[in-house]
Amino acid sequence: MTQTTVYWVAFKTILTKEILRFARIWVQTVLPPAITMALYFVIFGKLIGAQIGDMDGFRYIDFIVPGLILMSVISNSYANVVASFYSSKFQHNIEELLIAPIPNFVILAGYVGGGVARGVVVGVVVTMVSMFFTDLSIHSYGVTLVVFVLTSVLFSTAGFINAVYANSFDDISIVPTFVLTPLTYLGGVFYSISLLPPFWQTASLANPVLYMVNAFRYGLLGVSDIAMWQAFAIIIGFVIALGAFAMWLLRHGVGIKS
Amino acid sequence: MTALALENLSKTYRNGHEALRGIGLQVERGDFFALLGPNGAGKSTAIGIISSLINKSAGRVGVFGHDLDTEPAAVKSSIGLVPQEFNFNQFEPVVEIVVNQAGYYGIARREAYQRAEVYLKQLDLWPKRDTQARTLSGGMKRRLMIARALVHRPRLLILDEPTAGVDIEIRRSMWDFLREINGQGTTIILTTHYLEEAESLCRNIAIINHGRIAERARMADLLRRLHTQAFVLDIRDALPSIDDIPGFGVTLLDSTTLEVTVNRDQGLNPLFSVLSERGIEVLSLRNKQNRLEQLFIDMVKGGVETGGRGA
Repeated sequence: MTQTTVYWVAFKTILTKEILRFARIWVQTVLPPAITMALYFVIFGKLIGAQIGDMDGFRYIDFIVPGLILMSVISNSYANVVASFYSSKFQHNIEELLIAPIPNFVILAGYVGGGVARGVVVGVVVTMVSMFFTDLSIHSYGVTLVVFVLTSVLFSTAGFINAVYANSFDDISIVPTFVLTPLTYLGGVFYSISLLPPFWQTASLANPVLYMVNAFRYGLLGVSDIAMWQAFAIIIGFVIALGAFAMWLLRHGVGIKS
Repeated sequence: MTALALENLSKTYRNGHEALRGIGLQVERGDFFALLGPNGAGKSTAIGIISSLINKSAGRVGVFGHDLDTEPAAVKSSIGLVPQEFNFNQFEPVVEIVVNQAGYYGIARREAYQRAEVYLKQLDLWPKRDTQARTLSGGMKRRLMIARALVHRPRLLILDEPTAGVDIEIRRSMWDFLREINGQGTTIILTTHYLEEAESLCRNIAIINHGRIAERARMADLLRRLHTQAFVLDIRDALPSIDDIPGFGVTLLDSTTLEVTVNRDQGLNPLFSVLSERGIEVLSLRNKQNRLEQLFIDMVKGGVETGGRGA
Protein backbone atom coordinates (compact mmCIF):
# COMPACT_ATOMS: atom_id res chain seq x y z
CA MET A 1 0.00 0.00 0.00
CA THR A 2 1.55 3.31 -1.06
CA GLN A 3 1.60 6.34 1.18
CA THR A 4 -0.65 8.19 -1.26
CA THR A 5 -3.21 5.37 -1.05
CA VAL A 6 -3.14 5.49 2.76
CA TYR A 7 -3.69 9.24 2.71
CA TRP A 8 -6.47 9.01 0.12
CA VAL A 9 -8.34 6.30 2.05
CA ALA A 10 -7.93 8.27 5.29
CA PHE A 11 -9.22 11.44 3.61
CA LYS A 12 -12.24 9.60 2.19
CA THR A 13 -12.93 8.10 5.62
CA ILE A 14 -12.96 11.49 7.36
CA LEU A 15 -15.00 13.08 4.57
CA THR A 16 -17.57 10.26 4.54
CA LYS A 17 -17.86 10.39 8.32
CA GLU A 18 -18.43 14.15 8.17
CA ILE A 19 -21.06 13.91 5.43
CA LEU A 20 -22.90 11.13 7.27
CA ARG A 21 -22.82 13.23 10.43
CA PHE A 22 -24.69 16.20 9.01
CA ALA A 23 -26.88 13.98 6.81
CA ARG A 24 -28.06 11.99 9.84
CA ILE A 25 -29.25 15.21 11.48
CA TRP A 26 -30.55 16.92 8.33
CA VAL A 27 -33.49 18.38 10.24
CA GLN A 28 -30.98 20.42 12.23
CA THR A 29 -28.47 21.07 9.46
CA VAL A 30 -30.20 21.36 6.07
CA LEU A 31 -33.82 22.25 6.80
CA PRO A 32 -33.33 25.40 8.96
CA PRO A 33 -31.39 27.40 6.34
CA ALA A 34 -34.04 26.54 3.75
CA ILE A 35 -36.79 27.88 6.05
CA THR A 36 -34.77 30.94 7.10
CA MET A 37 -33.97 31.85 3.51
CA ALA A 38 -37.57 31.37 2.44
CA LEU A 39 -38.54 33.89 5.14
CA TYR A 40 -35.84 36.31 3.91
CA PHE A 41 -37.18 36.03 0.38
CA VAL A 42 -40.76 36.61 1.50
CA ILE A 43 -40.06 39.51 3.88
CA PHE A 44 -37.11 41.32 2.34
CA GLY A 45 -37.70 40.26 -1.23
CA LYS A 46 -41.44 40.34 -1.71
CA LEU A 47 -42.94 42.49 1.05
CA ILE A 48 -40.28 45.12 1.73
CA GLY A 49 -38.41 44.69 -1.56
CA ALA A 50 -41.49 45.66 -3.54
CA GLN A 51 -41.31 49.11 -1.87
CA ILE A 52 -37.60 49.55 -2.55
CA GLY A 53 -37.52 49.30 -6.31
CA ASP A 54 -34.51 48.39 -8.43
CA MET A 55 -30.92 48.14 -7.23
CA ASP A 56 -27.98 48.18 -9.67
CA GLY A 57 -30.52 47.65 -12.43
CA PHE A 58 -32.16 44.57 -10.89
CA ARG A 59 -35.34 43.98 -8.93
CA TYR A 60 -34.46 44.06 -5.23
CA ILE A 61 -35.31 40.38 -4.73
CA ASP A 62 -33.02 39.43 -7.62
CA PHE A 63 -30.29 41.63 -6.19
CA ILE A 64 -30.30 39.96 -2.75
CA VAL A 65 -30.49 36.33 -3.96
CA PRO A 66 -26.71 35.87 -4.48
CA GLY A 67 -25.90 37.32 -1.05
CA LEU A 68 -28.52 35.20 0.69
CA ILE A 69 -27.27 32.01 -0.96
CA LEU A 70 -23.69 32.83 -0.03
CA MET A 71 -24.74 33.77 3.50
CA SER A 72 -26.13 30.24 3.92
CA VAL A 73 -22.96 28.74 2.51
CA ILE A 74 -20.80 30.81 4.87
CA SER A 75 -22.73 30.05 8.04
CA ASN A 76 -23.23 26.35 7.30
CA SER A 77 -19.66 25.63 6.23
CA TYR A 78 -18.42 27.33 9.37
CA ALA A 79 -20.98 25.69 11.66
CA ASN A 80 -20.29 22.20 10.31
CA VAL A 81 -16.58 22.21 10.99
CA VAL A 82 -16.63 24.11 14.26
CA ALA A 83 -19.31 21.83 15.72
CA SER A 84 -17.85 18.60 14.42
CA PHE A 85 -14.22 19.25 15.34
CA TYR A 86 -15.07 20.65 18.76
CA SER A 87 -17.32 17.66 19.39
CA SER A 88 -14.38 15.40 18.48
CA LYS A 89 -12.27 17.27 21.01
CA PHE A 90 -14.99 17.16 23.63
CA GLN A 91 -15.57 13.41 23.25
CA HIS A 92 -11.81 12.83 22.79
CA ASN A 93 -12.38 10.91 19.56
CA ILE A 94 -9.98 13.34 17.88
CA GLU A 95 -7.42 10.97 19.43
CA GLU A 96 -8.47 8.37 16.84
CA LEU A 97 -6.91 10.64 14.22
CA LEU A 98 -3.92 11.80 16.24
CA ILE A 99 -2.65 8.26 16.81
CA ALA A 100 -3.12 7.26 13.16
CA PRO A 101 -0.34 7.53 10.56
CA ILE A 102 -1.91 10.39 8.64
CA PRO A 103 -0.42 13.86 8.18
CA ASN A 104 -2.08 17.01 9.42
CA PHE A 105 -3.04 18.21 5.95
CA VAL A 106 -5.22 15.12 5.48
CA ILE A 107 -7.00 15.79 8.78
CA LEU A 108 -7.56 19.44 7.82
CA ALA A 109 -8.65 18.53 4.28
CA GLY A 110 -11.11 15.94 5.62
CA TYR A 111 -12.83 18.35 7.99
CA VAL A 112 -12.81 21.23 5.50
CA GLY A 113 -14.15 18.83 2.87
CA GLY A 114 -17.03 18.03 5.22
CA GLY A 115 -17.74 21.74 5.67
CA VAL A 116 -17.68 22.31 1.91
CA ALA A 117 -20.00 19.34 1.39
CA ARG A 118 -22.56 20.85 3.78
CA GLY A 119 -22.05 24.27 2.18
CA VAL A 120 -22.77 22.77 -1.24
CA VAL A 121 -25.84 20.86 -0.07
CA VAL A 122 -27.30 23.88 1.74
CA GLY A 123 -26.34 26.19 -1.13
CA VAL A 124 -28.17 23.98 -3.62
CA VAL A 125 -31.24 23.72 -1.37
CA VAL A 126 -31.36 27.50 -0.81
CA THR A 127 -30.90 28.10 -4.54
CA MET A 128 -33.85 25.81 -5.23
CA VAL A 129 -35.93 27.73 -2.66
CA SER A 130 -34.95 31.02 -4.30
CA MET A 131 -36.29 29.76 -7.62
CA PHE A 132 -39.80 29.93 -6.16
CA PHE A 133 -39.36 33.70 -5.81
CA THR A 134 -37.14 34.72 -8.71
CA ASP A 135 -35.98 33.65 -12.15
CA LEU A 136 -32.40 32.76 -11.40
CA SER A 137 -29.95 33.22 -14.23
CA ILE A 138 -26.22 32.65 -14.17
CA HIS A 139 -23.96 35.24 -15.78
CA SER A 140 -20.71 33.26 -15.36
CA TYR A 141 -20.73 29.60 -14.32
CA GLY A 142 -16.95 29.66 -13.73
CA VAL A 143 -16.96 32.65 -11.36
CA THR A 144 -20.08 31.40 -9.57
CA LEU A 145 -18.64 27.94 -8.94
CA VAL A 146 -15.15 29.08 -7.94
CA VAL A 147 -16.39 31.76 -5.53
CA PHE A 148 -18.92 29.33 -4.08
CA VAL A 149 -16.27 26.67 -3.37
CA LEU A 150 -13.51 29.06 -2.23
CA THR A 151 -15.86 30.83 0.17
CA SER A 152 -16.93 27.51 1.60
CA VAL A 153 -13.30 26.40 1.98
CA LEU A 154 -12.42 29.71 3.65
CA PHE A 155 -15.17 29.55 6.26
CA SER A 156 -14.74 25.84 6.86
CA THR A 157 -11.11 26.55 7.69
CA ALA A 158 -12.13 29.45 9.91
CA GLY A 159 -14.54 27.10 11.72
CA PHE A 160 -11.72 24.63 12.21
CA ILE A 161 -9.53 27.31 13.81
CA ASN A 162 -12.39 28.37 16.08
CA ALA A 163 -12.86 24.73 17.17
CA VAL A 164 -9.15 24.33 17.93
CA TYR A 165 -9.30 27.24 20.37
CA ALA A 166 -12.73 26.45 21.80
CA ASN A 167 -12.86 25.16 25.35
CA SER A 168 -16.63 24.96 25.69
CA PHE A 169 -19.74 24.80 23.55
CA ASP A 170 -20.25 28.51 24.29
CA ASP A 171 -16.94 29.23 22.54
CA ILE A 172 -18.17 27.81 19.26
CA SER A 173 -21.13 30.18 19.10
CA ILE A 174 -19.33 33.40 20.07
CA VAL A 175 -17.58 33.96 16.72
CA PRO A 176 -20.64 33.22 14.55
CA THR A 177 -22.80 35.51 16.70
CA PHE A 178 -20.47 38.44 17.26
CA VAL A 179 -18.20 38.32 14.21
CA LEU A 180 -19.61 36.27 11.37
CA THR A 181 -23.21 37.54 11.39
CA PRO A 182 -22.31 41.26 11.57
CA LEU A 183 -19.68 40.85 8.85
CA THR A 184 -22.16 39.05 6.61
CA TYR A 185 -24.99 41.52 7.17
CA LEU A 186 -22.60 44.43 6.55
CA GLY A 187 -21.01 42.65 3.60
CA GLY A 188 -23.36 43.97 0.94
CA VAL A 189 -25.89 41.15 1.04
CA PHE A 190 -28.84 43.54 1.19
CA TYR A 191 -27.41 46.66 -0.44
CA SER A 192 -24.84 48.04 -2.82
CA ILE A 193 -22.06 49.92 -1.03
CA SER A 194 -22.48 52.69 -3.62
CA LEU A 195 -25.50 53.71 -1.53
CA LEU A 196 -23.32 54.39 1.51
CA PRO A 197 -21.61 57.68 2.43
CA PRO A 198 -17.94 57.81 1.28
CA PHE A 199 -16.55 57.02 4.77
CA TRP A 200 -18.66 53.86 5.15
CA GLN A 201 -17.89 52.84 1.59
CA THR A 202 -14.19 52.87 2.49
CA ALA A 203 -14.81 51.18 5.84
CA SER A 204 -16.79 48.43 4.09
CA LEU A 205 -13.73 47.55 2.03
CA ALA A 206 -12.12 46.19 5.21
CA ASN A 207 -14.85 43.54 5.38
CA PRO A 208 -13.69 40.39 3.54
CA VAL A 209 -17.26 39.11 3.17
CA LEU A 210 -17.99 42.09 0.90
CA TYR A 211 -15.56 40.72 -1.70
CA MET A 212 -17.12 37.26 -1.64
CA VAL A 213 -20.70 38.48 -1.87
CA ASN A 214 -19.86 40.83 -4.73
CA ALA A 215 -17.85 38.22 -6.61
CA PHE A 216 -20.73 35.76 -6.26
CA ARG A 217 -23.22 38.40 -7.32
CA TYR A 218 -21.06 39.04 -10.36
CA GLY A 219 -21.15 35.33 -11.15
CA LEU A 220 -24.97 35.27 -11.02
CA LEU A 221 -26.01 38.78 -12.14
CA GLY A 222 -22.91 40.25 -13.78
CA VAL A 223 -22.75 43.27 -11.42
CA SER A 224 -20.33 44.00 -8.59
CA ASP A 225 -19.11 46.87 -6.43
CA ILE A 226 -15.63 45.33 -6.44
CA ALA A 227 -13.22 44.53 -9.27
CA MET A 228 -13.04 40.75 -9.81
CA TRP A 229 -9.24 40.55 -9.58
CA GLN A 230 -9.43 42.31 -6.23
CA ALA A 231 -12.16 39.98 -4.96
CA PHE A 232 -10.28 36.85 -6.00
CA ALA A 233 -7.02 38.15 -4.54
CA ILE A 234 -8.70 38.75 -1.18
CA ILE A 235 -10.53 35.40 -1.15
CA ILE A 236 -7.48 33.36 -2.18
CA GLY A 237 -5.28 35.33 0.20
CA PHE A 238 -7.57 34.52 3.10
CA VAL A 239 -7.82 30.85 2.12
CA ILE A 240 -4.01 30.55 2.07
CA ALA A 241 -3.51 32.51 5.30
CA LEU A 242 -6.15 30.61 7.28
CA GLY A 243 -5.02 27.27 5.84
CA ALA A 244 -1.42 27.96 6.83
CA PHE A 245 -2.51 29.02 10.31
CA ALA A 246 -4.66 25.92 10.77
CA MET A 247 -1.70 23.73 9.72
CA TRP A 248 0.53 25.54 12.21
CA LEU A 249 -2.01 24.91 14.97
CA LEU A 250 -2.16 21.21 14.11
CA ARG A 251 1.62 20.88 13.87
CA HIS A 252 2.03 22.36 17.35
CA GLY A 253 -0.95 20.48 18.76
CA VAL A 254 -2.57 23.69 19.97
CA GLY A 255 -5.82 22.88 21.74
CA ILE A 256 -5.54 19.15 21.04
CA LYS A 257 -2.27 17.98 22.60
CA SER A 258 -0.71 18.60 26.00
CA MET B 1 14.30 -7.22 18.90
CA THR B 2 13.08 -4.37 21.04
CA ALA B 3 9.41 -3.49 20.63
CA LEU B 4 9.67 -0.28 22.62
CA ALA B 5 12.69 1.74 23.65
CA LEU B 6 12.38 4.88 25.74
CA GLU B 7 15.52 6.93 26.31
CA ASN B 8 15.69 9.74 28.80
CA LEU B 9 12.03 10.57 28.22
CA SER B 10 10.88 13.72 29.99
CA LYS B 11 7.70 15.69 30.11
CA THR B 12 7.08 18.98 31.85
CA TYR B 13 3.57 20.39 31.42
CA ARG B 14 2.92 24.09 30.89
CA ASN B 15 1.94 24.47 34.53
CA GLY B 16 5.44 23.34 35.49
CA HIS B 17 4.46 19.84 36.61
CA GLU B 18 7.23 17.35 35.82
CA ALA B 19 5.31 14.20 34.90
CA LEU B 20 8.32 12.27 33.57
CA ARG B 21 11.90 12.82 34.68
CA GLY B 22 14.13 11.16 32.12
CA ILE B 23 12.80 7.61 32.12
CA GLY B 24 14.48 4.80 30.21
CA LEU B 25 12.71 1.56 29.43
CA GLN B 26 12.93 -1.32 27.00
CA VAL B 27 10.20 -3.79 26.20
CA GLU B 28 11.14 -6.84 24.18
CA ARG B 29 9.16 -8.07 21.19
CA GLY B 30 6.44 -10.54 22.17
CA ASP B 31 6.48 -9.52 25.82
CA PHE B 32 3.43 -9.05 28.02
CA PHE B 33 4.62 -6.11 30.05
CA ALA B 34 3.07 -4.38 33.05
CA LEU B 35 3.61 -0.68 33.58
CA LEU B 36 2.41 0.11 37.06
CA GLY B 37 2.44 3.06 39.37
CA PRO B 38 0.20 5.05 41.68
CA ASN B 39 -2.16 7.71 40.33
CA GLY B 40 -0.21 10.65 38.91
CA ALA B 41 3.04 8.65 38.68
CA GLY B 42 3.44 9.32 34.94
CA LYS B 43 2.08 6.12 33.33
CA SER B 44 -0.56 7.79 31.21
CA THR B 45 1.83 10.57 30.23
CA ALA B 46 4.35 7.98 29.02
CA ILE B 47 1.64 6.17 27.06
CA GLY B 48 0.38 9.48 25.66
CA ILE B 49 3.85 10.34 24.37
CA ILE B 50 4.42 6.88 22.86
CA SER B 51 1.09 7.05 21.04
CA SER B 52 1.56 10.68 19.85
CA LEU B 53 -1.19 12.18 21.99
CA ILE B 54 1.20 14.19 24.13
CA ASN B 55 4.26 16.15 23.03
CA LYS B 56 7.40 15.12 24.89
CA SER B 57 9.74 17.69 26.42
CA ALA B 58 12.91 15.65 25.80
CA GLY B 59 14.15 12.16 25.08
CA ARG B 60 13.58 9.52 22.43
CA VAL B 61 10.85 7.02 21.64
CA GLY B 62 11.66 4.03 19.43
CA VAL B 63 9.12 1.42 18.33
CA PHE B 64 10.40 -1.67 16.51
CA GLY B 65 13.49 0.30 15.53
CA HIS B 66 11.59 3.32 14.19
CA ASP B 67 12.12 6.72 15.77
CA LEU B 68 8.96 8.65 16.65
CA ASP B 69 10.55 11.98 15.64
CA THR B 70 11.85 10.92 12.23
CA GLU B 71 9.47 8.09 11.26
CA PRO B 72 6.17 8.95 12.95
CA ALA B 73 4.03 7.10 10.40
CA ALA B 74 5.96 3.83 10.89
CA VAL B 75 5.71 4.17 14.67
CA LYS B 76 2.00 4.99 14.59
CA SER B 77 1.25 2.08 12.25
CA SER B 78 2.88 -0.30 14.72
CA ILE B 79 0.86 0.78 17.74
CA GLY B 80 -2.70 0.05 18.83
CA LEU B 81 -3.97 2.02 21.80
CA VAL B 82 -6.75 1.22 24.25
CA PRO B 83 -6.99 4.38 26.33
CA GLN B 84 -8.21 4.73 29.87
CA GLU B 85 -11.26 6.84 29.00
CA PHE B 86 -13.89 6.11 26.39
CA ASN B 87 -12.76 8.18 23.42
CA PHE B 88 -15.04 7.20 20.58
CA ASN B 89 -17.96 9.11 19.11
CA GLN B 90 -20.78 7.97 21.36
CA PHE B 91 -23.38 8.62 18.65
CA GLU B 92 -21.83 6.43 15.96
CA PRO B 93 -22.78 2.79 15.42
CA VAL B 94 -20.30 0.28 16.82
CA VAL B 95 -19.20 -1.09 13.47
CA GLU B 96 -18.66 2.40 12.04
CA ILE B 97 -16.26 3.25 14.85
CA VAL B 98 -14.09 0.24 14.04
CA VAL B 99 -14.34 0.62 10.26
CA ASN B 100 -13.48 4.33 10.43
CA GLN B 101 -10.43 3.62 12.56
CA ALA B 102 -9.25 1.14 9.93
CA GLY B 103 -9.77 3.84 7.31
CA TYR B 104 -7.45 6.20 9.18
CA TYR B 105 -4.74 3.56 8.70
CA GLY B 106 -5.42 3.39 4.96
CA ILE B 107 -7.42 0.16 5.02
CA ALA B 108 -10.08 0.20 2.30
CA ARG B 109 -13.68 0.06 3.45
CA ARG B 110 -14.48 -3.49 2.29
CA GLU B 111 -11.47 -5.00 4.03
CA ALA B 112 -12.05 -2.78 7.06
CA TYR B 113 -15.56 -4.16 7.38
CA GLN B 114 -14.28 -7.75 7.16
CA ARG B 115 -11.71 -7.08 9.87
CA ALA B 116 -14.28 -5.32 12.04
CA GLU B 117 -16.49 -8.39 11.77
CA VAL B 118 -13.64 -10.66 12.91
CA TYR B 119 -12.74 -8.61 15.97
CA LEU B 120 -16.29 -7.70 16.97
CA LYS B 121 -17.21 -11.39 16.83
CA GLN B 122 -14.17 -12.35 18.89
CA LEU B 123 -15.14 -9.79 21.49
CA ASP B 124 -18.85 -10.70 21.46
CA LEU B 125 -19.93 -7.35 20.04
CA TRP B 126 -21.11 -8.40 16.58
CA PRO B 127 -24.82 -8.51 17.57
CA LYS B 128 -24.42 -4.88 18.71
CA ARG B 129 -22.73 -3.71 15.49
CA ASP B 130 -25.49 -1.31 14.43
CA THR B 131 -26.13 0.01 17.92
CA GLN B 132 -25.07 3.53 18.90
CA ALA B 133 -21.97 3.20 21.07
CA ARG B 134 -23.47 5.28 23.87
CA THR B 135 -26.02 2.57 24.60
CA LEU B 136 -23.39 -0.10 25.30
CA SER B 137 -22.55 -1.22 28.82
CA GLY B 138 -19.18 -0.24 30.34
CA GLY B 139 -17.70 -3.67 29.62
CA MET B 140 -18.88 -3.58 26.02
CA LYS B 141 -17.37 -0.13 25.54
CA ARG B 142 -14.03 -1.43 26.82
CA ARG B 143 -14.20 -4.34 24.39
CA LEU B 144 -15.14 -1.98 21.57
CA MET B 145 -11.98 0.01 22.22
CA ILE B 146 -9.94 -3.21 22.07
CA ALA B 147 -11.53 -4.16 18.73
CA ARG B 148 -10.83 -0.67 17.41
CA ALA B 149 -7.20 -0.82 18.56
CA LEU B 150 -6.65 -4.17 16.83
CA VAL B 151 -8.32 -3.46 13.50
CA HIS B 152 -5.08 -2.34 11.81
CA ARG B 153 -3.23 -5.34 13.30
CA PRO B 154 -0.64 -3.49 15.37
CA ARG B 155 2.52 -5.21 16.54
CA LEU B 156 2.43 -3.34 19.85
CA LEU B 157 -0.82 -3.08 21.79
CA ILE B 158 -0.93 -0.60 24.66
CA LEU B 159 -3.74 -1.07 27.16
CA ASP B 160 -4.32 1.69 29.69
CA GLU B 161 -6.62 0.30 32.39
CA PRO B 162 -8.48 -1.94 29.92
CA THR B 163 -10.65 -3.70 32.50
CA ALA B 164 -11.56 -0.75 34.73
CA GLY B 165 -15.17 -1.06 35.81
CA VAL B 166 -15.62 -4.43 34.12
CA ASP B 167 -17.23 -7.29 36.04
CA ILE B 168 -15.06 -10.26 36.96
CA GLU B 169 -16.52 -12.67 34.39
CA ILE B 170 -15.92 -10.34 31.46
CA ARG B 171 -12.54 -9.39 32.89
CA ARG B 172 -11.46 -13.03 32.88
CA SER B 173 -12.66 -13.48 29.29
CA MET B 174 -10.75 -10.36 28.29
CA TRP B 175 -7.64 -11.82 29.95
CA ASP B 176 -8.03 -14.96 27.85
CA PHE B 177 -8.42 -12.87 24.72
CA LEU B 178 -5.33 -10.79 25.52
CA ARG B 179 -3.30 -13.94 26.24
CA GLU B 180 -4.37 -15.26 22.85
CA ILE B 181 -3.37 -12.04 21.08
CA ASN B 182 -0.04 -12.07 22.89
CA GLY B 183 0.43 -15.73 21.99
CA GLN B 184 0.04 -14.79 18.34
CA GLY B 185 3.03 -12.46 18.64
CA THR B 186 1.57 -9.09 19.58
CA THR B 187 3.61 -7.30 22.20
CA ILE B 188 1.37 -5.97 24.95
CA ILE B 189 1.98 -3.21 27.45
CA LEU B 190 -0.60 -3.06 30.21
CA THR B 191 -1.31 -0.53 32.91
CA THR B 192 -3.84 -1.52 35.52
CA HIS B 193 -4.91 -0.89 39.06
CA TYR B 194 -5.90 -4.53 39.39
CA LEU B 195 -2.54 -5.91 40.43
CA GLU B 196 -3.91 -9.42 40.31
CA GLU B 197 -4.36 -8.75 36.59
CA ALA B 198 -0.74 -7.73 36.11
CA GLU B 199 0.49 -10.68 38.18
CA SER B 200 -1.65 -13.09 36.19
CA LEU B 201 -0.92 -11.77 32.68
CA CYS B 202 2.50 -10.14 32.60
CA ARG B 203 5.99 -11.60 32.41
CA ASN B 204 7.87 -8.38 33.01
CA ILE B 205 7.09 -5.29 34.97
CA ALA B 206 8.17 -1.70 35.47
CA ILE B 207 6.93 0.52 38.26
CA ILE B 208 6.83 4.27 37.73
CA ASN B 209 6.76 6.56 40.73
CA HIS B 210 7.16 10.33 40.77
CA GLY B 211 8.02 10.34 37.07
CA ARG B 212 10.89 7.88 37.41
CA ILE B 213 11.26 4.14 36.90
CA ALA B 214 11.34 2.79 40.44
CA GLU B 215 11.66 -0.84 39.38
CA ARG B 216 12.17 -2.90 36.23
CA ALA B 217 12.27 -6.65 36.61
CA ARG B 218 10.84 -10.02 35.68
CA MET B 219 7.55 -10.52 37.48
CA ALA B 220 8.73 -13.78 39.06
CA ASP B 221 11.94 -12.19 40.35
CA LEU B 222 10.04 -9.30 41.82
CA LEU B 223 7.56 -11.48 43.65
CA ARG B 224 10.39 -13.55 45.05
CA ARG B 225 11.57 -10.46 46.88
CA LEU B 226 8.57 -10.45 49.16
CA HIS B 227 9.79 -11.39 52.63
CA THR B 228 6.47 -12.07 54.29
CA GLN B 229 3.00 -13.28 53.44
CA ALA B 230 -0.21 -12.68 55.35
CA PHE B 231 -2.90 -15.32 55.82
CA VAL B 232 -6.44 -15.03 57.12
CA LEU B 233 -7.72 -17.96 59.22
CA ASP B 234 -11.38 -18.60 60.02
CA ILE B 235 -11.77 -20.45 63.33
CA ARG B 236 -14.72 -22.44 64.71
CA ASP B 237 -15.06 -21.04 68.27
CA ALA B 238 -15.09 -17.35 69.11
CA LEU B 239 -12.11 -16.02 71.07
CA PRO B 240 -12.12 -12.96 73.35
CA SER B 241 -8.36 -12.44 72.69
CA ILE B 242 -5.32 -14.37 71.56
CA ASP B 243 -1.87 -14.74 73.08
CA ASP B 244 1.29 -14.28 71.00
CA ILE B 245 2.57 -17.27 69.04
CA PRO B 246 6.40 -17.31 68.95
CA GLY B 247 7.77 -16.71 65.43
CA PHE B 248 4.46 -15.52 63.98
CA GLY B 249 2.64 -12.21 63.98
CA VAL B 250 -0.91 -12.92 65.07
CA THR B 251 -3.82 -10.49 65.19
CA LEU B 252 -7.42 -11.17 66.05
CA LEU B 253 -9.45 -9.38 63.36
CA ASP B 254 -12.75 -10.36 64.95
CA SER B 255 -13.75 -13.07 67.39
CA THR B 256 -13.59 -15.84 64.75
CA THR B 257 -10.96 -14.46 62.33
CA LEU B 258 -7.19 -14.43 62.77
CA GLU B 259 -4.56 -12.72 60.64
CA VAL B 260 -1.14 -14.36 60.70
CA THR B 261 2.07 -12.95 59.16
CA VAL B 262 4.58 -15.59 58.11
CA ASN B 263 8.16 -15.23 56.85
CA ARG B 264 8.73 -16.65 53.36
CA ASP B 265 11.23 -19.23 54.60
CA GLN B 266 8.98 -20.34 57.46
CA GLY B 267 6.62 -23.33 57.34
CA LEU B 268 3.05 -23.25 58.61
CA ASN B 269 3.19 -26.53 60.60
CA PRO B 270 4.44 -24.93 63.87
CA LEU B 271 1.57 -22.47 63.68
CA PHE B 272 -1.01 -25.23 63.36
CA SER B 273 0.67 -27.18 66.19
CA VAL B 274 0.32 -24.23 68.58
CA LEU B 275 -3.26 -23.57 67.53
CA SER B 276 -4.08 -27.25 67.99
CA GLU B 277 -2.48 -27.28 71.46
CA ARG B 278 -4.67 -24.31 72.42
CA GLY B 279 -7.79 -26.07 71.16
CA ILE B 280 -8.34 -23.63 68.32
CA GLU B 281 -9.87 -25.37 65.30
CA VAL B 282 -9.12 -23.77 61.91
CA LEU B 283 -11.97 -23.97 59.43
CA SER B 284 -10.31 -22.31 56.44
CA LEU B 285 -7.20 -20.39 55.38
CA ARG B 286 -6.60 -17.90 52.56
CA ASN B 287 -4.02 -15.36 51.40
CA LYS B 288 -4.87 -11.99 52.88
CA GLN B 289 -4.19 -10.09 49.67
CA ASN B 290 -2.60 -10.22 46.31
CA ARG B 291 1.18 -10.59 46.63
CA LEU B 292 2.01 -8.02 43.98
CA GLU B 293 -0.31 -5.56 45.68
CA GLN B 294 1.66 -5.91 48.90
CA LEU B 295 4.93 -5.39 47.09
CA PHE B 296 3.55 -2.46 45.14
CA ILE B 297 2.36 -0.71 48.28
CA ASP B 298 5.69 -1.29 50.00
CA MET B 299 7.61 -0.09 46.96
CA VAL B 300 5.76 3.15 46.37
CA LYS B 301 6.06 3.87 50.07
CA GLY B 302 9.78 3.07 49.89
CA GLY B 303 9.49 0.05 52.20
CA VAL B 304 11.09 -2.50 49.88
CA GLU B 305 14.54 -2.34 48.38
CA THR B 306 14.32 -1.93 44.65
CA GLY B 307 16.37 -4.15 42.40
CA GLY B 308 17.47 -3.40 38.82
CA ARG B 309 16.53 0.05 37.58
CA GLY B 310 14.90 0.72 34.27
CA ALA B 311 16.78 -0.66 31.30
